[in-house]
Amino acid sequence: MKPPKFEYHAPRTVDEALALLGRYGGDAKVLAGGQSLMPLLNFRLARPAAPVDLNRIPSLAFIEESVGRVRLGAMTRQRTIEFSPVVAQRLPLLKEATRWVGHLPIRTRGTIGGSIAHADPSAEYPAVLTALEGEVVARGAKGERVIKAADLFQTYLTTTLTPDEILTEVRLPAMAAGAGYALEEFSRRHGDHRHRRGRRARRAALQDGAPGHRRRGARAGAAARRRGDPRARRAGRGRHRGRGPESHRAGRSGFGHPRIGGLPSPPHRSPHEARARASDRSGAWLT
Amino acid sequence: MADMMTVRLKVNGVAHEGRCEPRKLLVDFIREDLGLTGTHVGCEHGICGACTIIVNGESARSCIMLAVQADGAELMTVEGLMQDGKLHPLQEAFREHHGLQCGFCTPGMLMTALDFLRTNPSPSDREIREGISAVLCRCTGYQGIVNAVRAAAATLRGGR
Repeated sequence: MKPPKFEYHAPRTVDEALALLGRYGGDAKVLAGGQSLMPLLNFRLARPAAPVDLNRIPSLAFIEESVGRVRLGAMTRQRTIEFSPVVAQRLPLLKEATRWVGHLPIRTRGTIGGSIAHADPSAEYPAVLTALEGEVVARGAKGERVIKAADLFQTYLTTTLTPDEILTEVRLPAMAAGAGYALEEFSRRHGDHRHRRGRRARRAALQDGAPGHRRRGARAGAAARRRGDPRARRAGRGRHRGRGPESHRAGRSGFGHPRIGGLPSPPHRSPHEARARASDRSGAWLT
Repeated sequence: MADMMTVRLKVNGVAHEGRCEPRKLLVDFIREDLGLTGTHVGCEHGICGACTIIVNGESARSCIMLAVQADGAELMTVEGLMQDGKLHPLQEAFREHHGLQCGFCTPGMLMTALDFLRTNPSPSDREIREGISAVLCRCTGYQGIVNAVRAAAATLRGGR
């Protein structure tokens, strides 16, 4: 399929982009890396009057470390994040999660802001944002606001961003040195999108080093049973519901694992191993 | 045809200019407007990888990019691999190791492998499999492709 007709704009600044969104009054759509929106356009499931392309706004692509946190411009490519020394050092969970995003030629285009704003429940970055209790910055006609992860995701593909707002920045608290972490993912095949939403859940969880906090992580793992609800991935916040076989298994091998004195052994599997199995699992915990 | 836009770009070192609707996919622009049909169109939604090309030095799916987005870009397609009448070491290796059968996925496989080996010149077999998992092949069962990429990596490390 080919995209429907539309007008196209590639503004050079965020202000220009905001003006365009205002001009179309909700009929425009922000185009970031395009790795989710372009397939939707090709299938004509999305029919915006005009994509507003952020790819020519250089000020939206950056990774900056400041006191206790890392700020990432919304248009920072996943491939940049994958190789960023700052991310490797301060946000190893984000680095690990990035390797799971799509495939190499997807990550060269895909962006952190696009992934989070799209809020696909099968995507990695929304899980990381909630697990790390990060926040995003959104700019609109009325100015800028900061939205905590918990207040951002509503349900499948739905955030509290308004149509005239642009997600400009992602802020993640730096992980403590030596913090343990794990990422877990259920999928029939690595890197696919959309086909198996109902059967997929991704989660990222973390916990502090203190042994007493381990249960918090376990609860986070259990919470991911509420598949599809991005809030379920919020570390330590979810409630135990249902008994999905995958999460049960993951609970045993991950948080619930009695081996202490450091890290629980995370059931981490490489993308390759995960792909090779009919029922995959991979994992990410933080200890 | 409303709102035709001009696209100027370089493909395999050659400057091109064309006019198209903003909705035109980059892969269609390359094939239909520039006549470079080596790049294949498969699924048209970013899954199969047949349309993978190099955009400004990095691999990307040309079926989920608009041609207008590539205005000013430098592209490399499968036609650019061969130099001075000589196959690229990746192409040689694919031929040598049965890395293709019907050939439909091959352009995407080659361009993906090119970017993969650029960032990981000495990959393990597992890493090769992870790298080429970006492209679907329905003929070979992948083993020949893995062998080809491994062999090409060795050749490229040794200098051409």
